[in-house]
Amino acid sequence: MADPANNKNGGAAGGNEAPERPKPAGYFEGETMTRRAAFAVAGQAFGGVAAAGVLLPVVGFAVAPIFDRPEERWEAVGPVDAFSDDTYRQAVITLRDGIGEAGKTTVYIRRGNPSRFEGESADEFIAISTRCAHLGCPVRFVEAAGSFICPCHGGVYDFEGKVLGGPPVRPLDRFQTRVRDGQVEVGPRYSVTNSLKPVRSRDPGEFTGGIWEYLYPPRPSTPPAP
Amino acid sequence: MPNLVPKALRKPGKPGEGNGALSPEKLKEAPVDLVGWVDERTGASPFLTGLLFRKVPKGTNWYYTLGSATLFAFLVQAITGVFLAMFYVPSPVEAYGSITHITNDVFLGEFVRGMHKWGATTMIILIFLHMARTFFFGAYKYPRELNWVIGVVLIILTLVMGLTGYLLPFDQRSYWATIVAMNITATGPILGPYLADFLRAGAEFEATTLSRFYALHMMLVPGLIIALIGAHLYLVVKLGTTAPPWVRAESKPKSLREEKV
Repeated sequence: MADPANNKNGGAAGGNEAPERPKPAGYFEGETMTRRAAFAVAGQAFGGVAAAGVLLPVVGFAVAPIFDRPEERWEAVGPVDAFSDDTYRQAVITLRDGIGEAGKTTVYIRRGNPSRFEGESADEFIAISTRCAHLGCPVRFVEAAGSFICPCHGGVYDFEGKVLGGPPVRPLDRFQTRVRDGQVEVGPRYSVTNSLKPVRSRDPGEFTGGIWEYLYPPRPSTPPAP
Repeated sequence: MPNLVPKALRKPGKPGEGNGALSPEKLKEAPVDLVGWVDERTGASPFLTGLLFRKVPKGTNWYYTLGSATLFAFLVQAITGVFLAMFYVPSPVEAYGSITHITNDVFLGEFVRGMHKWGATTMIILIFLHMARTFFFGAYKYPRELNWVIGVVLIILTLVMGLTGYLLPFDQRSYWATIVAMNITATGPILGPYLADFLRAGAEFEATTLSRFYALHMMLVPGLIIALIGAHLYLVVKLGTTAPPWVRAESKPKSLREEKV
């Protein structure tokens, strides 16, 4: 009954039987999906799988460094006797190998001073990171003022690295230290809260302590706090 | 003076002229020129003549060239960028040296680099002037909202180009500006720290940070910009441009009243 004219005539005659349409290729009794629809779905699924097969590895390749933690580096910065407890001594350490100056940073190191600061001991060493806690510019220790000053936006920190003024959101970061063979060694960086409690290393501009530990979650790319 | 425009690209006759049928003489004419040969095989001439001879509203003025000017600035960036890439080395140890080599040693290197540097600033200025023209002329209104949205995405991508390109000279200024920019990214709650790690490819300024910025600057973002410029232009041609707000519509109410009388 492929002839439309016949269908029309049937309709006009008011017959009860529905006009029969030609069966598509591959039709069988009781089918739930036409052959055409099945091939359309299969074709799109195949295209989707092929696209995912290319995109997923590529995106994973670009995102992988987020989950990669480099090996801890410890670098000797001088003999134990070279450091006093009333001022800082500068040292340049390498954070990342093979990229020249861009992989290096300055560290300020002193001996712990229990008479001035509670919770410090005379045989530990304090290594202060020069990365400003505002947006990461390099701070400088100004001997005459006894404080760290940032050239970019005017952040000022006291002798311990606590914020005195300006935009920084937390005290200066620190590096872990240890003594090996009479040499002071500087290790991974960690952040501190306003009461100088060590926490996992955060990027500059991120608050530490309290609810901020959840709003700025620790990243897999940084070592745990000491 | 002979008409230098190939036949296929000449302005089509106005509708209503002639009876619409091809004349026997015209049918006999075999395309002898190159453009005609290509047109016979692509059928592109209706599209091209529609593009070149499209109607523009009364009152169209110089402000309507700001979009084309932005496009031209982008093309300058694309062309000079390709040639700068021939001498630039995206390695933290060699990048600065290759930039000084381009500036001081390469023939016309300072000029090409200067075009790229100042062209970037020019493009940002032009794109915002173009946006201001669209805004103040009310050209973002129905049915052109989607084109406004595409344009805003294009502005963001252009700023991303500015950010990623700023690091490439790898001098003190670009290094610290990028450090600050990545740390600003990190201050976004919850996702910020991971996004900064993604941009840096790690927790510090890493060995691959520069090549990551380089790849974003010369491949990913320009590709997106070219695709979106295509969509932007398609909508401009499809929807047409708007008249400036001070050009009034033909006084329709008057003629209506006349008809009533």
